[in-house]
Amino acid sequence: MRSLARFREVGVLVFLALVAAVTALVEPRFLLPSNLRNILLDTPLLMIVAMGMTMVIISRNIDLSVGAMLGMSGMAVGMLFKHYPGFPVAPGVLLGILLGLLMGAVNGTLVTWLRVPAIIATLGTLSAYRGMIFLISGGRQVDPNDVPLALIRLSQTSPIGIPWLVIFALSITVAVYLFLGYHRRGRAIYAVGGNPEAARLSGIRVNATIFFTFVATGGLSGFAGVMYASRFGFVNPAQTGAGFELSVIAATVIGGTQVYGGVGSAVGTAFGCMLLAVVSNALTITGLSGQWQLAVYGAIILAALLIDSLIRGRLGRAAEETA
Amino acid sequence: MRRVLSFRYLRELVVVILLPLTFLINARLSPYFLDPAYLLSDTSQYMEAGIVALALTFIIISGNIDLSVASNMALVACVTASLHARLGMPMGAAIPIGLLLGGLLGLINGLLIAGFRLPSLTVTLGTFALYRGIAQILLGDRSISRFPEWFVGMDYRMIGPVPLPLLIFLTLAILFALILHRTLVGRWLYALGANPTASRLSGVPVRRVTVSLFVFSGFCAGFAGLMMASRLNVARYDMAMGLELDAITAVVLGGTDIFGGRGTIFGTALALFLIGILRSGMGLANIKIEQQLVVIGALLIVSIALPNLLQRRRS
Amino acid sequence: MRRRLPAALALVGLIAVFAAGCKQEKPSAPPPGASPGRPATGDAAPAAQKYRVVYIPKNTGNPYFDDIIAGFRQASGELGFEFDTVAPASADAASQIPFIKQQIQRGVNAIAISPNSPDAIKPALKEAMAKGIQVICVDADMPGHEEGRTAAVLPMDFDETGKSQIELMGSLIGYKGEIAILSATTDAPNQNYWIKGMQETLKEPKYKEMKLVAIVYGNDDPQKSLIEAENLLTRFPNLRGIIAPTTVGVAAAAQAVETAKAADRVQVTGLGTPNQMRRFIQNNTVQKFALWSPKDMGYLCAYLIDGLVKGTIKPAPGVSFTAGSLGERSFRDKNVVITGPPVIFEKSNIDKYNF
Repeated sequence: MRSLARFREVGVLVFLALVAAVTALVEPRFLLPSNLRNILLDTPLLMIVAMGMTMVIISRNIDLSVGAMLGMSGMAVGMLFKHYPGFPVAPGVLLGILLGLLMGAVNGTLVTWLRVPAIIATLGTLSAYRGMIFLISGGRQVDPNDVPLALIRLSQTSPIGIPWLVIFALSITVAVYLFLGYHRRGRAIYAVGGNPEAARLSGIRVNATIFFTFVATGGLSGFAGVMYASRFGFVNPAQTGAGFELSVIAATVIGGTQVYGGVGSAVGTAFGCMLLAVVSNALTITGLSGQWQLAVYGAIILAALLIDSLIRGRLGRAAEETA
Repeated sequence: MRRVLSFRYLRELVVVILLPLTFLINARLSPYFLDPAYLLSDTSQYMEAGIVALALTFIIISGNIDLSVASNMALVACVTASLHARLGMPMGAAIPIGLLLGGLLGLINGLLIAGFRLPSLTVTLGTFALYRGIAQILLGDRSISRFPEWFVGMDYRMIGPVPLPLLIFLTLAILFALILHRTLVGRWLYALGANPTASRLSGVPVRRVTVSLFVFSGFCAGFAGLMMASRLNVARYDMAMGLELDAITAVVLGGTDIFGGRGTIFGTALALFLIGILRSGMGLANIKIEQQLVVIGALLIVSIALPNLLQRRRS
Repeated sequence: MRRRLPAALALVGLIAVFAAGCKQEKPSAPPPGASPGRPATGDAAPAAQKYRVVYIPKNTGNPYFDDIIAGFRQASGELGFEFDTVAPASADAASQIPFIKQQIQRGVNAIAISPNSPDAIKPALKEAMAKGIQVICVDADMPGHEEGRTAAVLPMDFDETGKSQIELMGSLIGYKGEIAILSATTDAPNQNYWIKGMQETLKEPKYKEMKLVAIVYGNDDPQKSLIEAENLLTRFPNLRGIIAPTTVGVAAAAQAVETAKAADRVQVTGLGTPNQMRRFIQNNTVQKFALWSPKDMGYLCAYLIDGLVKGTIKPAPGVSFTAGSLGERSFRDKNVVITGPPVIFEKSNIDKYNF
């Protein structure tokens, strides 16, 4: 199954290159530095949250509430800046992450301790968190002039030229990659997703592991919420994060993570996120209307699944032959 | 065994108790609530979700899920409307084609799931985007509203005091309940959801049942899409957005296990009315939509978590 | 007994949930005379009793509609009617229907609405009118479905919008160079009408050196609008200006220009709210933009409703009435009332506005 994951990483990368090449042929301006920068800036939010989602899905769960958590922490921190102008940015970001961790802990508690199936628990908290965004904000958005400039600069510059936002996303990806691949607790997530009963017998604390993936996803969504305010300069109670869970799950699945658990990789997910960002940019820059985006996303998800199925069939046969 | 039984139907029991309770609270909240004519006509707002929820009850009992139903509704409505308004096809001919299309969209789901042994969650997530995406390519954000007079305003047609959509829903609910609880196919569905491997070994034609199930769900969704077009007098790519979540909420609140193997049509129907009445009551009291969201989200979680918690305490 | 315990506890928990969600609001008015079973609907308000007005915007959380609501609230304070506002979470075709039906059932005297889909909501609005409820469209009308409302209050003379936007942009770029438009959706009736006006205006000799190179659509989604705006900057290196005749679009275009540090070569203007644009004006990303006052629009609509409910205003083209501190307004063709000319916001005056 590891070979499947490895094959998928390469596969998505090849497809990514193919889309980029075709787009560049049709529309050379695709390769302009300013456009590459646009793509670079469209990926991080997705990537940050998708890293958490990858862990959740590997553990054979799902989290539908990521968009609502993102909106909630973005709104809470945005309101903090609005009502206390001059509030320093770093503690604001930390508070956003903390709030995310808290919401993730609620999800984790529901799924593990209260044994509510993840899809139902997070469907419920999706509505509940979204509703709470309106309750705390009174339905009013945080306007651009309420967001501190220091926060906005995070998604515009850094000492080495690449925006901080991109550096954050890449660091998180590397961290999750190392954690999943080389840390005992990270490996435990695969074990739990692959076979919960076997994992329990081998001494892994299944509930604690699952709880951890939800808390981590909450924290990452919370961080992404504050970064949303940085990138877009506002937070809207209805729009911020709405429907985001679908892009995140799509990127994760395209990257080769399997919803029946036990298989997936941070690198694959990162490529999946880039693929979605490149496709969306390609559609826009070639002047193909945004109308096509949804259908193309759907087609890519299905294509990725079909390829999975075909490879699995072949691997299965190869295993039979060698046996 | 008796103790197990009491838990088996606890979730349905919760809804049974909650329904009159909701009436009571709503009546206290707003003096405009207890009006039978209003309550009856208000059901038209959620009957499309209801029909989809009936089909989803089958799907979820069998251990699958179908996230593409609302997108299917939109695509069927948009294609049918385009056939009529753009290509000049008579509505009477366009409707059967639309229904067939609904079944076809379900067939695609079914073939991908059963034929390639892919998880229904991701397949229907893909078609969720694909189907609505095609509707969007087809219509952009234009809307089509040139329907013939006889087609539109289904929710204003009354059979006695009962609006037509409610009547259709109740008829289908009885029919579906008979299929589920009284036929071999129904038993297959439960077996499939409880233990797919065992059911395959015991002779259930797993693939055929799965494919037919999704065709059936697609067909129901197409039908619901046309009902919605009739009620709204318009077809747009964004119609029924998010309706799949409402339908799944009703199914799960009604006691169906999201992992399959148990559930009833009765529970789904009851939960559907519970949510609908709860919403309209809160709406009449001018309770903001976001507060309604919190209540329904919490209701869903509590209705499942609480029995689990109590069960765990006792064991 | 032991078997009933879990059910009983479940019940208690659920009641707590209900109570938590429900305690927020009490029924806003005592039942109007009639028995609870059959509420009075839309009778002209008895003198002793406040009449009730509800406003249904397109969706919640949209700052533009918050300002219209502020206008309603101000007028309701002056006129003494009872005002409430409810809105769906999303702006799709069906989302306003249950809200309209609930307000009919509540027996309000007037419904003001910013319609999402005229086709879809017309039957419900006609039902309201049949019950004697005054229905007023605010901000956008229902072209071709005027029988579904009593009158409409629109922001400005839409024939002037396109022209004034081109003039504003021209004055910023010396009437010379490539410009692009970032609009809402491809099907937005107001925006399309204004864009047509802009294209007509560009044919005039005064603007002959301004060239419209692209019209793109951000769907009034901030994220998509930002990406479209950034792409405009990439695709057209010689671009001199972006006109965004939508509040979401103009903020996104300004954000894109600020991020790309392109303010010295690309001018952004359009229709925006001061609170969304304040920072961009203050840091010189944007020089000028325009908007009518949504608050005045709500205020005007409230005065119109007051007259209609009390029977002092009989809507017909040419008839005029006084709208509180706004002064006199009159009905145009199809019972449309225009709020007034737009305000041009710039560094010198933006701090006077807070909406």
